Amino acid sequence: MDSALSAAQAFSVGSLAVTWPVVTTWGVMAAITVASILATRRLSSQPGPVQAVLELLVETLDNEVRATIPGDPERFRALIGTLLLFVLCANWSSLVPGVEPPTAHLETDAALAAVVFFAGIGWGIRAQGLGGWLASFARPSWVMIPLNLVEQITRHFSLMVRLFGNVMSGVFVVGIVLSLAGLLVPIPLMALELLTGAVQAYIFATLALVFIGSAVTGEGGPTAEEPTESSRNKETP
Amino acid sequence: MTDLIQIVSIVSAAFAVGLGAIGPALAEGRAVASALDAIARQPEAAGSISRTLFVGLAMIETMAIYCLVIALLLLFANPFVQ
Repeated sequence: MDSALSAAQAFSVGSLAVTWPVVTTWGVMAAITVASILATRRLSSQPGPVQAVLELLVETLDNEVRATIPGDPERFRALIGTLLLFVLCANWSSLVPGVEPPTAHLETDAALAAVVFFAGIGWGIRAQGLGGWLASFARPSWVMIPLNLVEQITRHFSLMVRLFGNVMSGVFVVGIVLSLAGLLVPIPLMALELLTGAVQAYIFATLALVFIGSAVTGEGGPTAEEPTESSRNKETP
Repeated sequence: MTDLIQIVSIVSAAFAVGLGAIGPALAEGRAVASALDAIARQPEAAGSISRTLFVGLAMIETMAIYCLVIALLLLFANPFVQ
C-alpha cells in the first residue's frame, strides 16, 4: 500500500477503473454467500454441529438486538447480522496471503456507514411515521434541532472513520514491522490485528444497532432513556 | 519552500497523533476502571455494563482516530504540497 487514502487499480472495464478493494469485497461477498448456502442447505430439527453453531450465533444476535431495541428482533436480524459477518470477514481477509482488507480503504467504510445511515432513516420513518420521525429531531426541545441534525451526520462519519482508522493502522503497522524485520517478528502484531478486527466488527454492528434503535424509538440514544416508573418509585419510597 | 512545508507537516503529524492519544488514553483508562469497579460490585450486571462499555470506548476512541486521520491527511493528502 503506497498511500493510506488511495487504492491500487486491479483492471478496468471500459473507462471504469476497478480497484483491488472492490475485487476483495466481491470475493468476501461470494465467500459469505456460498458458505451461507452450504450451511443452511440441510436444516433439520435434529441439528448437526454446523447448524448448532449457526443457531447459537443467531440466538446471541437476537439477544443483543432485544437488549437494545424492544420488540421483535427479526426485523433487524438480516441487516445487523450481515454487517457483523461482512465486516468480520473483510477484516480477517488479511489472513489470505497477498490480500489487503477492503475495510482498510475509506470507500468501503463509507459505503457501509451510508447503508447504516439510510437504514436508520428508513426504519425511523417506518416506525414513527414521517411526522413523528421529523418531530424526534425537536426532542427534548426545539433548541436541539441543529445539534440533532449535526449529530446525525457526525456519528455516521465517525462510524466510517473508526473502522477505517483501526483496520488501516493495523495494516500499516504490520507493513512497517515487516519491512524492518521480516521473519516471525510481525506474527504477534498480526494476531493483535485479528483481535482488533473482531472487536471492530462487533463495535460496528453494535453501533449500527444503537443508531437504528435510536431512530426507531425516537430517543437520543441508549443513555438518554427516561427513568422508568419502577426506578422512580424506588427513589421516593 | 516545499521542503519546509513537508518538514512542518511531518512534525505536526507526529505531534497530532502523540498529543491526541493522551486524552483518549486517560479517558479509556478511567472508563475501564469504573466499569471493572461496577462489575465487581454487581457481577450480575456484567453483560449490560460491558456492552455499554464497548460502545463508550468506541466513542472515546474516535477522538484518537480523528487525530490519526489528520496525521494521514498531512502525510498523504497534504493540500499545501503539490
